[in-house]
Amino acid sequence: MKTFVDAFKFIADNPHLLLSKTGEHLELSGAALGIALVLALPLGLWLGHLHRGLFLAASVSNVGRALPSLVLIAFGLTIFGIGFWNNTAALVVLAIPPILTNAYFAIDTCDRDVVDAARGMGMTGLQVLMRVELPLGLPFVLAGIRVASIFVIATATIAAVAGGGGLGQIIVNQASFGLSGVVAASLCVSALAFAAAGILTLVRKAASPSHDSLT
Amino acid sequence: MNVAAGPVIPNFGSGSSCEVNNGWFCTDWVRQHWGDTLQPALFQHIELAAIAIGIGFAIAFLLALVGFRFRLIDPPIGIVSDFLYTIPSLALFQILVPFTGISLLTVEIALVSYTLLILYRNMIEGLRAVPADVIDAARGSGFTRFQTFTRVELPLALPAILTGLRVATVSTISIATIAPFVIAKGLGQPIYAALSEDVFKTEIFMAGGMVIALALIADGIIVVVQRSLTPWVRA
Repeated sequence: MKTFVDAFKFIADNPHLLLSKTGEHLELSGAALGIALVLALPLGLWLGHLHRGLFLAASVSNVGRALPSLVLIAFGLTIFGIGFWNNTAALVVLAIPPILTNAYFAIDTCDRDVVDAARGMGMTGLQVLMRVELPLGLPFVLAGIRVASIFVIATATIAAVAGGGGLGQIIVNQASFGLSGVVAASLCVSALAFAAAGILTLVRKAASPSHDSLT
Repeated sequence: MNVAAGPVIPNFGSGSSCEVNNGWFCTDWVRQHWGDTLQPALFQHIELAAIAIGIGFAIAFLLALVGFRFRLIDPPIGIVSDFLYTIPSLALFQILVPFTGISLLTVEIALVSYTLLILYRNMIEGLRAVPADVIDAARGSGFTRFQTFTRVELPLALPAILTGLRVATVSTISIATIAPFVIAKGLGQPIYAALSEDVFKTEIFMAGGMVIALALIADGIIVVVQRSLTPWVRA
């Protein structure tokens, strides 16, 4: 227990350090999530709309789980060298599978009757996707983004091994910051991840208010 | 070339030209160090993951039995699982060290706790998804409660349980890569050694590739087992 009391003391004593490291952590995770969203979301939605690429969507999530973050970051180091981009690239690769797979299945499993009705009313493919399938599948799409963001925020810690910034720098440097610093920094990581998950839950509730009342 | 035990340091002085220039992939290095570095690390990695999955499976199964009967313990487990996933594995290892020391136990506790939640969730959901009609039918035809569980509920929940096992196995093999933060074991070890030695590419690609291959092979084995145990399920 003493460790945790010390951790809170560390937080009280070093607010600026933790704040700036949290900022770096957010910057790294945010960049990775943003890039992953731009790459994976449209692809997953479109493949789901066409009901094609089941094999791709399923294997991406399997292979994604098998990729250890440390290995990705080490691979990134050999290709990009030390810097912001190797870590970002590794985190992007980690974030893509849950986003892509959930987006695909969210759209693919939409009620066919509803989609047929929308087509029958004369909607184009894009309209069906944006006005019917996406709103219906939104909770599941957002669940994928939620998983990806928890994943990325927790894993961004390892970036410190490859010269990246963020809270990981404190976590891997117990020699300088002590165990209380390590615990304090990891509490910050947890808080960040929880905050991100909470925000996405709120977005889901705001975007589909009927969802909860229906279930 | 004879290298002492411990992390292998590429010998920039006397290695092949590929090693000296830190080329993309030096097959001769792999051949030389398969026996003293890569193979032991591979076996250690399998051991780390197998212990964690075995213990995790046993504990999760007991928890699921309890959770299946008494739904009350379910919400707290859900909250703990959400929280645990937000703790960076790197930090979890270090937080455990003051309690369990720099030991295999520390690594295994961390690895087991990550598997527990995946396995528990899948077991409980699999058991709950068994239709009530089927259970009624079993009870009606004179099965005892225990027989209903072992002969009806468990086999019907098997696909979900094995899916959980797949996810848990693959993620454990992947997370075990950071075990060297605590003890010098597993395929993470050569990766760290290579990172600290001017990013020696061959070692990173080889050891990293081996982790990924191991995870995919383990996944494939469970899929084969799953198909033979539950032939009625189309994957």
